[in-house]
Amino acid sequence: MSANTVGVGDPATTPTSQRVARIVGRAGILIPFLIAFVVLAIISPPFLRVGNLTNILDQQAGIIIVACAGTFVLIAGGIDLSIGAIYGLAGAVALTTASSVSPVVGVMAGLAVGLAVGIANGVVVTQFRINPLIGTLAMTFVVSGIAAIVTKGNLVVALGNHDFQAFAGTKILGVSSAAWIMIVIAVLAAVLLSRTTFGRYVYATGGNTQAARLGGVRVNAIRVSTFALSGTAAALAGTLDASRVLSAQASSGQFLTFTVLTGIIVGGTSILGGEGTIGRTVLGCLFVALIANGFNLLGLDPFYQQVTLGVILLLAVGVDAWSRRFE
Amino acid sequence: MQVDEAVHLEVRGLGKSFGATRALDDVSIAVRQGTVHAFVGENGAGKSTLGKIIAGVFAQDQGDLMLRGTTVSFGSPRQALVRGIALVAQEVALVPRLTVAENVFLGAEPKRAGFIDRGSLRARFDRLIADAGFDLQAGSVVGHLPIAAQQQVEILRALAREADLLVFDEPSASLSSVEVERLHQIIRALGARGHTVILVSHFLSEVLDLSDVVTVLRDGRVVRTSQTKDETEASLVTGMLGRPVGRAYPEKRLPPADSRVVLDVAGLSAPGVADATLSLRAGEIVGLAGLIGAGRSELARAIYGATAATAGAVTTAGTTLAGRPAASIAAGVALIPESRKDDGLILRRPIRENVSLTSLRRFERLGFVRRGAEGAQVRHALERVDASPILESSAGSLSGGNQQKLLFARALLIRPGVLIADEPTRGIDVGAKRDIYDVLVRLAADGMAILLISNEVEEILGLAHRVLVMRGGRLVAELSGPDMTEGGIVSAAFGTTTTSAA
Repeated sequence: MSANTVGVGDPATTPTSQRVARIVGRAGILIPFLIAFVVLAIISPPFLRVGNLTNILDQQAGIIIVACAGTFVLIAGGIDLSIGAIYGLAGAVALTTASSVSPVVGVMAGLAVGLAVGIANGVVVTQFRINPLIGTLAMTFVVSGIAAIVTKGNLVVALGNHDFQAFAGTKILGVSSAAWIMIVIAVLAAVLLSRTTFGRYVYATGGNTQAARLGGVRVNAIRVSTFALSGTAAALAGTLDASRVLSAQASSGQFLTFTVLTGIIVGGTSILGGEGTIGRTVLGCLFVALIANGFNLLGLDPFYQQVTLGVILLLAVGVDAWSRRFE
Repeated sequence: MQVDEAVHLEVRGLGKSFGATRALDDVSIAVRQGTVHAFVGENGAGKSTLGKIIAGVFAQDQGDLMLRGTTVSFGSPRQALVRGIALVAQEVALVPRLTVAENVFLGAEPKRAGFIDRGSLRARFDRLIADAGFDLQAGSVVGHLPIAAQQQVEILRALAREADLLVFDEPSASLSSVEVERLHQIIRALGARGHTVILVSHFLSEVLDLSDVVTVLRDGRVVRTSQTKDETEASLVTGMLGRPVGRAYPEKRLPPADSRVVLDVAGLSAPGVADATLSLRAGEIVGLAGLIGAGRSELARAIYGATAATAGAVTTAGTTLAGRPAASIAAGVALIPESRKDDGLILRRPIRENVSLTSLRRFERLGFVRRGAEGAQVRHALERVDASPILESSAGSLSGGNQQKLLFARALLIRPGVLIADEPTRGIDVGAKRDIYDVLVRLAADGMAILLISNEVEEILGLAHRVLVMRGGRLVAELSGPDMTEGGIVSAAFGTTTTSAA
């Protein structure tokens, strides 16, 4: 990261800095990701153990699922801050329903909650023309409040519900089902974004809303769809994690929004819309996970980890703004 | 070094690159005190870059900038302004929420004890405006003023800082003809008062009319600098293109007398448009003329369904349009919007995606884009408009003329019966303009009905078979045959005629 950002704030628009900008743009997150990987492998021998790596995948499953859907929202020119709240509510709803009715209905109920909140977000943003930042921030409060009511402010547990636990925790080829679901979702999202008409419309909507509208694209429908995807994905992540630990709490997703947005933006998706890919989002999330993993392996204070991630997000947004100056 | 007293600004051996593009190469020009010095050239010739280097917007890679014989270097437009050089840019750079006087003195407000001294600000403004002879109110909010007045505010701002060298970058590009005339008076007056003016312009008639000296640029190099009185429009174009051009407009081919009506607009009203009735026949190019703000673009957008109509109906081949872009596209009505960048292209996306955007459903199978079929059709559409760019490069990497061709190719892909082209040649260079004219004429010859909106009366006269004139949101005149003259159009646009409505 640092090697690529020396030019930030450099006022001279020399050909050299333009060339650097282009290289940074093309290679993007891959370079810092590889650097972090190699450095960790060298300084911390336990890092490369299969157990550690599959553990990272398992823990990141939820984050990457949400980030894949969040990439659609950002590309279409929106932003969804309510994913953490949806994650918490869906986990709580899924867990309680799994206990009271059945695990399958629990999962369905969790996903339905996310879909509903996602569509509500989309309607708020498109029909009421509320800025997505504010609209989804307000929705965060509404949804967190509902989650606190559902859980009565407590940690809800479903100890011994092994059927529900199997949703996230079944091992296949040594990797958890949560990780497998994440891999499938990432592949589907990549195909949806890069190969379908829907994906094209998402890029067009965020790249130039007015042009897309005049070109016959139903931009509001596209934006609502991206929020619906994001809400459903957040609910899936919440449900998976509730299944994994067999407990849920209204506030469990409080850092999720930040982590997911950092992953997406570090991956090179522009906060201004119109740009980004799923592959880069996955790499961005893994990069953030490597940093966190490194802090753990090296036994550093987790508060420094928080500071580091904040700085990384600022750098990523800075690089985005900087690379746009050469157009 | 010998210093010529009368030289105000000189550039020597100036070079500038943007990535792989050499924008300026070894450019040397001397601009004399008190002259109006024009830079002309095609888009990409480097004229605008040169103006911006002089005004401190860009830094040169090689060469020197000398102000009255002293080498200077500017890190920003602000530093250039300190040395008396101001830029009046194509896009007006004012704070829309502030008043005229506040904008004029922005960043240089007279202060007393840290507070803005309103009295002294007002007094200075009154002096300034009396000198300049502009008709502006100190308290008007800039955002509510027409572009022409905003430009005058920019000029005032330059004068308030005692700039004596003003760089005008395409100042008349977004003005109506009356406003252009007023601007020309202003530029002449500046010259007469001893200010040096650098005029970067596409409009050759403007250059010939206003400037004392003209420098022709081509591909980043100076072709020649000469006295304007020794040049003609033809000589400038030959210099810019490096070859003589043929006729400015292709030959007109009238549609057959019995060609059918393909678009019928009846009593259409929308914001900015009142009760518009018109019809277009297959193979016909109809010009839509009028002053800026007369409602031409608004009418185009209302026909297309980009804005909701409050009354009236649009029918094509028996179907009434639903008033949504998607429905118009399905019915074969295409719009090439006024602003390529704001309403037309997705600059950061590939050419392929930009061209296929409106007809993507045709290449769809089970939700997937069939890229092979898409690529073939996109390439074919681009060939029809004489463009052959690389499909995967971004739309933003193209010149203005080629960007416009993308929009034509996009329109062609829906196989339209009606094409509404709103200012299709704005801001593109001479050679590319002729290409667009050829495309328009060819499409009409193939049976398409075209509604052509243009600010250039000459362009409408050169291409259209008949002309509709708008004024104040209404269609006020229809001119055809011998009535189709510049005088007829202009007087109808200003309302100095009694010609009855179409």
